[in-house]
Amino acid sequence: MSAGAVRYDAIVVGAGHNGLVCAAYLAKAGRKVLVLERRHQVGGATITEEIYPGFHYSCCSYVVSLLRPWIIRDLDLPRHGYEILPLEETFTPFADGRYLLRDSDPERTKRAIAKFSKRDAEVYKQFGQAMAELGRLVKPMIDGPAPDPSSRDPRELLRLARFARHLRGQGEKWLHGNLKMMTMSAVDFLAEWFECEQLIAPMSVSGIIGTFLGVRSPGTAYVLLHHYMGEIDGSYRAWGLPKGGTGSIANAIAAAAREAGVEIRTEAPVERLLVEGGRATGVVLGNGDELRARTVVSGVDPHRTFLGLVGEEHLEPEFARQVRRFKMRGSSGKVNLALDALPEFACLPGFGPHLRGDITIAPSVDYLERAYDDAKYGAFSKRPFMDIVIPSLTDPTVAPPGKHVMSIFVQYAPYHLKEGAADWPNQREAFGDAVVDTLSEYLPNLKERILHRQVLTPWDLEQVYGLTEGNIFHGELSLEQLAFLRPVAGWSRYATPIDDLWMCASGTHPGGGIMGAPGALCARAMLAARAV
Amino acid sequence: MPIPSPFHERTQALCTSYRWKDWAGYAAVCSFDTAHDREYFAFRESAGLLDVSPLFKYEVHGPDAAALLSRMMVRDVSKLRVGRVAYSCWCDDEGKVIDDGTVARLDDDYFRVTAADPTYYWLQAVGRGFRAAIEDSSARLAVVALQGPRSREVLRAASDAAIDALEFFGVTRARVDGLEVWISRTGYTGDLGYEIWVERGGALPLWDALVAAGRPHGLEPAGLDALDVTRIEAGFILLGVDYYSAPKVVLEARKSTPDEIGLGWTVDLERGPFVGRDAIAAERRRGSAWKLVGLQVSWEALERLYESYGLPPSLPATARRDGLPVYFGERQVGKVTSHTWSPLLKKYIALASVESEHADLGGVLEMEHTVEFERRRVPATVVKTPFFDPERKRKP
Repeated sequence: MSAGAVRYDAIVVGAGHNGLVCAAYLAKAGRKVLVLERRHQVGGATITEEIYPGFHYSCCSYVVSLLRPWIIRDLDLPRHGYEILPLEETFTPFADGRYLLRDSDPERTKRAIAKFSKRDAEVYKQFGQAMAELGRLVKPMIDGPAPDPSSRDPRELLRLARFARHLRGQGEKWLHGNLKMMTMSAVDFLAEWFECEQLIAPMSVSGIIGTFLGVRSPGTAYVLLHHYMGEIDGSYRAWGLPKGGTGSIANAIAAAAREAGVEIRTEAPVERLLVEGGRATGVVLGNGDELRARTVVSGVDPHRTFLGLVGEEHLEPEFARQVRRFKMRGSSGKVNLALDALPEFACLPGFGPHLRGDITIAPSVDYLERAYDDAKYGAFSKRPFMDIVIPSLTDPTVAPPGKHVMSIFVQYAPYHLKEGAADWPNQREAFGDAVVDTLSEYLPNLKERILHRQVLTPWDLEQVYGLTEGNIFHGELSLEQLAFLRPVAGWSRYATPIDDLWMCASGTHPGGGIMGAPGALCARAMLAARAV
Repeated sequence: MPIPSPFHERTQALCTSYRWKDWAGYAAVCSFDTAHDREYFAFRESAGLLDVSPLFKYEVHGPDAAALLSRMMVRDVSKLRVGRVAYSCWCDDEGKVIDDGTVARLDDDYFRVTAADPTYYWLQAVGRGFRAAIEDSSARLAVVALQGPRSREVLRAASDAAIDALEFFGVTRARVDGLEVWISRTGYTGDLGYEIWVERGGALPLWDALVAAGRPHGLEPAGLDALDVTRIEAGFILLGVDYYSAPKVVLEARKSTPDEIGLGWTVDLERGPFVGRDAIAAERRRGSAWKLVGLQVSWEALERLYESYGLPPSLPATARRDGLPVYFGERQVGKVTSHTWSPLLKKYIALASVESEHADLGGVLEMEHTVEFERRRVPATVVKTPFFDPERKRKP
């Protein structure tokens, strides 16, 4: 370090949304913070890029629902350009030419479901209410650090007791219901409520997004709940489209962080951490520069943090083993299209509200299980589950007038191909073709309207965005990897076995999605521990 | 019973929600869909198209037109250049506000006035002795508001006007699809936006031309519910909601002066006599009793309040006009007249009329809020208006 250079209280590795949130909170508490980003642009996987001139792809994450309202307020994000536009509809086309369109109008949705089941149409609203209620009760979990049942700290025990009382207060029936939810498959859980598959199939996919599980795999029911915890505008709604793409969320957080005094350097890859006597003392950049700080905060995933930046030589073998066991195994890819004009559905031609919401290609439970079957044996789904949005219909800033961008989330695309992950570059375009071909079954004029196609396989997500094995959540959101077990039992509170090294990203509680909670809770933990 | 506006044929076909209300005797759309969110976001993100034909409109012609309007309005309209629009209010002899609206100078001796209430009688009353002809053009002219960040691109495509040269509060003649129109860069959303004025018979072709030009820009037809949210964000008051027309109320206390409703800035006091001048001057010497302020409700407090009932916070889905008491300590010091959740600012905001001593920015008052049929209070901070004021609104 050269004489007179700034001495940082914290260096945050990676300018993903959680790294930026963490930095902003530390700086607001008066700490001197430097954020180092490998790429030319902040945001990590919360990013919007102009890959094709005039078209702005939200390359990775594409919708928002869980960004904590208190973070939005604390960082005054609307002033920094954070705007969320409505995404109310869910459209599901079926192979037989029928379709289901659900939206925010309960009566309209009821009539739409009644085409398939009169009974389900009536139950649908009750289900939504029950899930929202469940989500609200579990919400304290995601707005604070994970309760630690192994702790002997009286404050921790008190907190646990309070949480237990909070849950017990809901009555036995509720507890039983919740326990079921924790262990069942998404399909089984939904089948307790609904009879028609046209509803169960598209609803069940919420349970598998970002996991290497199928809709009939046990434990997937719990992930459904995440969808009902989304709060937009403090009211309980499902999803929203960030204006300008998800990258604008990262930009808004970065602007708030800069205003609070955070220094952000892009194109500054961190090669490794400086670990001296079991203590993190700084970082070494790709160009060989050493930067020192009182603390180092990792905004990258647990694998990359410990097995990459720290190095196993600094870790206890058992801890290193647990990190290695922490399941990354990405299972999804992303295809982004620039379109010359809107494509039309064969089952519902023309322009309409069905195009501007969420479009789900999940026609049946068997279809989804077959898609999973391909993946289980190391191949991408020939006919995958897809979750599609056309944000340019609501936000004209992301495409030239009259033209559109289409974001297609695709599952399954297993990182571990049977030919090996490194074979992905050879299969990338075939994967893209499978996506477009499958989609063309529903949108016959899609192909002729494509101006540009970007295909992101899990391999690309790893190589370009630094997501180990392409896991969009920095580690699967399965029950055994949540709460006090995330990422490693005993290390769920953002601290690590390396002194002065902290974790602030989606690999920690409460997990992935554009939530910001890991970043904010990490900063809070660091300040409370007077680590910085 | 309300009658159809010149755009009715188009709006009724689009109004799938069947949500209408009476606006100045016309049937006006509240929201085309059951919820107004998309229409609101069209105003703020792309472009919203709103039928504002029910506005009262008057053409004032003649050599004394400027003198008449300067006499009637608190603003010195004679200073207005041709091709410019001014916003003003007008008062009775006691300096109490009758109405507010815009006045456009279309030519040296030709003005167009808009008003929320019928104003023909008042123009005539003030106009005695002036060489000016007054025409009530309310029914003759159809007007549509095109508001939002993409409105300029839409008009660039749809009209032959030098739209980029049209300044904020400017007005120009133009053609849209062969139709003679006036385009003014005015509106009630506090955003970049225009109002397009056409002879009644041209209403439908105008609508069609704008919709066609707007499609690539995400244009959506919008209703009054969306407008109400935007106008509160913009800090714009509404007659009959945030204040009352002096001649129409029984109680003296219901009347307001321009200074009391935040329109003091429109008053040009240093000039010849105008209606209400002496009373306004006297009020300025002694100070106003009331002030119009913006309030921002504490969301944390609201959340805690709902939490105490075991509920998540919830607010009405639309902007509201129910007057809510505002307190300082145990004493009521004013009333909220309009309030809404701002989806853009992520804040619960309100326009309120409060005693002047409680109008200082940053002051914390309490506003009534009902939860589970119980009247409770939440803290609200006095903040400056407009709540939302994008640069694009006035940008050349």
